[in-house]
Amino acid sequence: MTELEFQKIFDDKISREIRIEPRDWMPEAYRKTLIRQISQHAHSEIVGMLPEGNWITRAPTLRRKATLIAKVQDEAGHGLYLYSAAETLGITRDEMISQLHSGKAKYSSIFNYPTLTWADIGAIGWLVDGAAIMNQVPLCRASYGPYARAMVRICKEESFHQRQGFEILLTLSRGSEIQKRICQDAINRWWWPSVMMFGPSDDHSPNSQQTMHWKIKRFSNDELRQKFIDVCAEQVKILGMVLPDPLLRWNEERKHYDFGPINWEEFKQVIAGNGPCNRERMTARVQAHEDGAWVREAAMAYADKKKKKQEKNVA
Amino acid sequence: MNEKDWPLWEVFIRSKQGLDHKHAGSLHAADARMAIENARDVYTRRMEGVSIWVVESKYVHASNPDEASSFYDPANDKVYRHPTFYKLPEELKNM
Repeated sequence: MTELEFQKIFDDKISREIRIEPRDWMPEAYRKTLIRQISQHAHSEIVGMLPEGNWITRAPTLRRKATLIAKVQDEAGHGLYLYSAAETLGITRDEMISQLHSGKAKYSSIFNYPTLTWADIGAIGWLVDGAAIMNQVPLCRASYGPYARAMVRICKEESFHQRQGFEILLTLSRGSEIQKRICQDAINRWWWPSVMMFGPSDDHSPNSQQTMHWKIKRFSNDELRQKFIDVCAEQVKILGMVLPDPLLRWNEERKHYDFGPINWEEFKQVIAGNGPCNRERMTARVQAHEDGAWVREAAMAYADKKKKKQEKNVA
Repeated sequence: MNEKDWPLWEVFIRSKQGLDHKHAGSLHAADARMAIENARDVYTRRMEGVSIWVVESKYVHASNPDEASSFYDPANDKVYRHPTFYKLPEELKNM
């Protein structure tokens, strides 16, 4: 079969919503963009463990500690599902980790912000996981099989994350003056970065058109962002708090909430490595990898030793 | 032997209520025992009483998807394998 014929079969599968699987022929550009997207998604999950891991030792109750540990454990698992999915496309775990550590690969901008109070853990669960869910549900129908299947597994696990976060904020909002204050303060600091999680407007988003054509992406950044804002604008009322946007207003004609301008300069800076915690996140990841080297080597040496012993017994 | 040599394993899981093992994904581990323990941690955080199978990926043999049509061709036109091929009276129950 010629490349043209393979291309035709590929295009046909895409238009008929038939999944592309690891050993199928695919355009090199499709493979590359998926490797980029899936690996960066995986990096985001792993790096995302850091801001929340920060509060495990200081959770206010045993119940809060147990649920936070479970959430962070889930994020580790999500990263691993995604690394495995990316590996089916021909990249190794080592390469992906090197790309993260060298700065060649990006991860979600949101994880470069600090968690300053316990209320931040609530805000992250409600807003950051909320935005992630909005992004991830359509990905369950992504054209590449292993990615879509990983996303189905992730989405099933993600809903408790958001409920956990909202419950934390709800508890704070019904508490003392200080608790109400840190609740509003956390919302003030996490709102706009969460809104930016959906990425730039699609005419400024270089990859959007191609990934939509290949049915990796199903909705535009702006569509998802609008949906997120509409949903949160209602949910925040239950907390008796406000979103830090003076221009947030229901528009009866559009049937959506109008909202204020996004500071894209901040987004650009954070993506470029100049956010509040970029360096700290990378230092933590590199250190974890280096500190764990002896464990990886020891495990392999032990497995090797056992194998040789087995061979000797059989001989 | 260095860390780069942790082999890849495919993970199959049968849930407590399940009938068969389903492919859950893959992971890297130094040996079978570690693969099973890692599979438990990565893929069964919400399941109890499950059965986990791990197989080194290199031992999984797969059909070639590009040959799909010629490989499975004989099956498609043998319509008599499908129950609706047989016309039977409606009064006939339990069949």
